[in-house]
Amino acid sequence: MSATIVTLPDQSTARIPKVNFITKENGLLSWLLTGDHKRIAILYLVSITFFFFIGGALAGLIRLELLTPQADLMATDTYNKVFTMHGIIMIFFFLVPSVPATLGNFLIPLMIGAKDLALPKINLLSWYLYMAAGILAIYTMATGGVDTGWTFTTPLSTHYVNTNVLTTGLAVFIAGFSSIFTGLNFIVTIHKMRCPGMTWFRMPLFVWAHYAASILMVLGTPVLAITIVLVALERTIGIGVFDPTKGGDPILFQHLFWFYSHPAVYIMILPGMGVISETISTFSRKRVFGYTAVAFSSVAIAVFGFFVWAHHMFIMGISNYSMLVFSLLTMLVAVPSAIKIFNWTFTLYKGSITFETPMLYTFGFMGLFTIGGLTGVFLGTSGTDIHLTETYFIVAHFHFVMVGGMLMAFLAGIHFWWPKMTGRMYPEKISQLAAVVTFIGFNLTFFPQFILGTLGMPRRYAAYPPEFQVLNVFSTAGATILGVGYLLPILYLTWSLKYGAIAGSNPWQATGLEWQIQSPPLTENFPVTPIMDHECYDYEWLEKQTEKEVASVG
Amino acid sequence: MSDSTALAHAEHGHEEHPAYLRHHFENVEQQADAAGFAMWLFLLTEVMFFGGLFTAYLIYRNWYYPAFVQASHQLDIFWGTLNTAVLITSSFTMAMGVWCAETRRRSGLVLCLVLTFILGLGFLGIKTIEYKEKIDKHHVPGFHYSLQSFLNPQSDPEIYKEYKDKPLALDMARHTEVYFSLYFAMTGMHALHMIIGIAILGFMIFRARAGAYTNGHVTFAENFGLYWHFVDIIWIFLFPLLYLISRHQ
Repeated sequence: MSATIVTLPDQSTARIPKVNFITKENGLLSWLLTGDHKRIAILYLVSITFFFFIGGALAGLIRLELLTPQADLMATDTYNKVFTMHGIIMIFFFLVPSVPATLGNFLIPLMIGAKDLALPKINLLSWYLYMAAGILAIYTMATGGVDTGWTFTTPLSTHYVNTNVLTTGLAVFIAGFSSIFTGLNFIVTIHKMRCPGMTWFRMPLFVWAHYAASILMVLGTPVLAITIVLVALERTIGIGVFDPTKGGDPILFQHLFWFYSHPAVYIMILPGMGVISETISTFSRKRVFGYTAVAFSSVAIAVFGFFVWAHHMFIMGISNYSMLVFSLLTMLVAVPSAIKIFNWTFTLYKGSITFETPMLYTFGFMGLFTIGGLTGVFLGTSGTDIHLTETYFIVAHFHFVMVGGMLMAFLAGIHFWWPKMTGRMYPEKISQLAAVVTFIGFNLTFFPQFILGTLGMPRRYAAYPPEFQVLNVFSTAGATILGVGYLLPILYLTWSLKYGAIAGSNPWQATGLEWQIQSPPLTENFPVTPIMDHECYDYEWLEKQTEKEVASVG
Repeated sequence: MSDSTALAHAEHGHEEHPAYLRHHFENVEQQADAAGFAMWLFLLTEVMFFGGLFTAYLIYRNWYYPAFVQASHQLDIFWGTLNTAVLITSSFTMAMGVWCAETRRRSGLVLCLVLTFILGLGFLGIKTIEYKEKIDKHHVPGFHYSLQSFLNPQSDPEIYKEYKDKPLALDMARHTEVYFSLYFAMTGMHALHMIIGIAILGFMIFRARAGAYTNGHVTFAENFGLYWHFVDIIWIFLFPLLYLISRHQ
């Protein structure tokens, strides 16, 4: 791979700027009491990485248990707790905040030319809420865990299990408010803080994607909050809203829960799609094909996403008519998702493509998300869903979207903006290797699960019939490779903090406003308020800028 | 950046900034605008929060209408109406308070906030009287819930005298527990919002006496006013839905 767009400053003379947001103040308190969106993003990055590895360790335990057909590594009750905590930690403490709270927090003000998010204190509060919730979740796990599955299904959660439903529910409730505050902050910032000339259609697509995801956070999460409150009230004082013996209806719980938890899927994937729009443009040296369509498709996903929740309930006794309607609406969501995939593909067409690490992850995203999304259409078809639901097909489907999609996008974004966040490059060769290892490991882990699901292996059991063992061994082997793929970035990214090459302000020759300032940026981001006097993804504008600089220096 | 950035800097000007202008805003208008917008968005999340409860109410009221009617007869319309009046008055004093803040009348603001505070406490006091009645009659859902008043209305002479309810069949009578579940969940969540509001009011009275909100920086007072009115509006919906179910007949 000789072709590269990476342009680094002369390493013998280059220095990290002395004054930047990291060096501005020192000491632990300057971090814990900061209002700076970039510092809060770093706090979030460290904490979600921590939770990712806890969730990952639990995933490792699940795969290890499923290596053999018998339930031999742990008791079946323990297995129930392990997959429940894996789900809760990965969803509420990793996937939901992953891209928005780290990259979104760091980049949205930079991309729209603002000095900070509109509500810096609320931003910090959201991190504290996140940490409080996270610590509570870990405390819950240490003191006996919870085994309802991450969905808190009633009446199991309200009447039958004797595990820590209340504390886990409280943790999710608090984490929800952290997410609400992040989304609220983004919406206000995007509306009110754009620099002069930054019209809605000059915003990077990353910002559009976050705007759409924020709408979902703000409108969906409160419904989850009230649902958890009702579950807690039912469990403690015995009110009857979801209790069939008193005339309540457990299906209502399902409706309320999935009214949040389906849009939550889009909260998790939309910011990742924003990352992909940025990387694919930069590494093809082209404006994103169909910019407006991609921007609106984010909003369309957010809007449609609110009207498909009942496809999680096809086997729960909803009427045939609502099944028909929700099935149809579910397929509608595939349209804006496909608009994105096709537009990204057209962006590649006749582009000058290079294969730096973020681009490798991007390709991984496009392939795996497409498979994950299309199997979602299978499952949106009610007949197929009734056959496949509660099997490993479901597990494979949402892991293709969440891990193959979102995690790939997260890693693409982390590598892409690493030089901006730290001022240093990650090592290119080993990170390309890590991207390939991740891709291979991922497919080996989750593709066999599609087959297992169609063969009829149910999810959420510690034991399975011996004829499924071969595919399960493949899956567990894949999980090991995947684990290596995730450990590598931790190691070399930490290494690069000290030994990475100095990146300079714009190593990728990218066009976003964030690349036109020093790396790492100043605390106030821009020395003077920028004016957006060109369209975004305008590589000709960038070339002219570079020419001007050369002319003025020479 | 490009040369165009210099232009923005020139426009920025060098007039004195008030002390309350946060560093990341260009000017006071932008700051107030952002804070107000954020507050409206927050209220939107609150609408969704209560929306879950209203959805549950809507469904069960349609399913178990007779149970809901009889259970609602247990609520005291006098206290409910009085509480509605108290709350609307408190919204008026709050609105006056915001006006005082905007027109920089410090003592007026303090007076209005204190009145709002007292009316808020009054509302909670009346609510306590009502809750106590339910506890005494075993109408709190859960282990001690009693169907007596619905299976045999004459055992509850005060209510029977007024409404002459017929006894409910056992399965319908049991659904009154769903009504009281929703009653306590909805008014409880509303009361929780009141308590939070009253706590913030206490803090604001303290600050207002020291001169806050009347120095031109009224954002906090305005936004709290929005919150208070929102909690008021929730009650305006709760009152007819819970107390006046059969009143149109």
